[in-house]
Amino acid sequence: MTIFEIDAGQLTDGLQYQSIKAWDSVGHMALMAELESLFDIMLEMDDVVDFGSYNTGIKTLEKYGIEF
Amino acid sequence: MTSPILNDLIALTEHHRAACKRYAHYCDTLYQKDSPLGSLADLPFLPVRAFKDFDLCSVAEEDVFKVMMSSGTFGARSRIYIDRETAQLQTRTLTAIFGEAFGKTRSPMLVIDSESTVRDRNRFSARTAAVNGFSMMASDRCFALDNDMSLNIPRVAEFLQEHNGKRIFIFGFTFLVWQAFCGALRAKNQKLALKNAFLLHGGGWKKLESEKVSNPQFKAVMADRTGCVDVRNYYGMVEQAGTIFMECPQGSLHASAWSDALVRDIHTHKALPYGKVGLIEVFSTIQKSYPGHALLTEDIGLTRRAFDCPCGHPGTIVEVHGRLPAAEVRGCSDAYN
Repeated sequence: MTIFEIDAGQLTDGLQYQSIKAWDSVGHMALMAELESLFDIMLEMDDVVDFGSYNTGIKTLEKYGIEF
Repeated sequence: MTSPILNDLIALTEHHRAACKRYAHYCDTLYQKDSPLGSLADLPFLPVRAFKDFDLCSVAEEDVFKVMMSSGTFGARSRIYIDRETAQLQTRTLTAIFGEAFGKTRSPMLVIDSESTVRDRNRFSARTAAVNGFSMMASDRCFALDNDMSLNIPRVAEFLQEHNGKRIFIFGFTFLVWQAFCGALRAKNQKLALKNAFLLHGGGWKKLESEKVSNPQFKAVMADRTGCVDVRNYYGMVEQAGTIFMECPQGSLHASAWSDALVRDIHTHKALPYGKVGLIEVFSTIQKSYPGHALLTEDIGLTRRAFDCPCGHPGTIVEVHGRLPAAEVRGCSDAYN
């Protein structure tokens, strides 16, 4: 998680939009861009809006065929 | 005037009466308890100024996760308390209204503003909120203006080159699009290839009043300089972020499925019929964390029935004529003069 400069240990369901300073609307855009280029996908508008936590994010990415 | 959102608004009035002591006190003082609420006009309303003078919040302090502010140049600023639920409703509603107008594909976004406007994350102004709110609908972002608000044509050209062939989403405040974008292109006698783009602009025309710019003239200059012909204005305010009134292809500003409007007499505050000029009152169903669901604005204008517009959108039409002259110059986007 180089976008937010956090440790892997912080990747829990407690990690939510606005729960840390770096994940604000600007950070959200950067995160979306990073995921899109990393996994070579194009997220739909509704998925970007609903990407509200680490766990919902995993579910969203699974929808795009990414396996964890 | 029956409204499809009346029942939601009655429920919200009850919710805020129970959750916000100041609001309950206000309602109890000005409105009879159990008086019939048969139409929008019967609902208790707050003047937008109330958010400058009072802290009005319907959630516990620890549930407030951001405070939105209008960037009033003089006097106090509105303070709008947002919890997680309301924030999510704002974004979802905005996305739905945007998607209805432009489709749900995320486009590269050309922001007619400078990066410094959004860089200071702690100074949460209306302009920052708008730019960042609409960024959710974008896939990439380029700021067209430098910090001194001058147009950086090479940067814009490079961005357009990079996204060659894609539909571009242009966003900006009305006065900036007119002065810093169209104006700069005219002054430099330059044109941009934005035929395959759409422009969304808002924030009001009040800063352009002295120039007497009409909406058709705005569109004509935009088309001439950039080739962009899908140009939409929106009417909205930080006190009701999310539920914007979007201009349709016929040029009317329609309420969304989550909002409505009526007009009141400037002096008596009595509700006026369609077509009569007065103060615009706006209604929105997504305000859970603060009592901002029925607000009397300081904007003068009128409303029309939805079917007066041939576009087929079912939302009430508002026509905004200007700001109440006695009102403080609020300048929701006044960071640049």
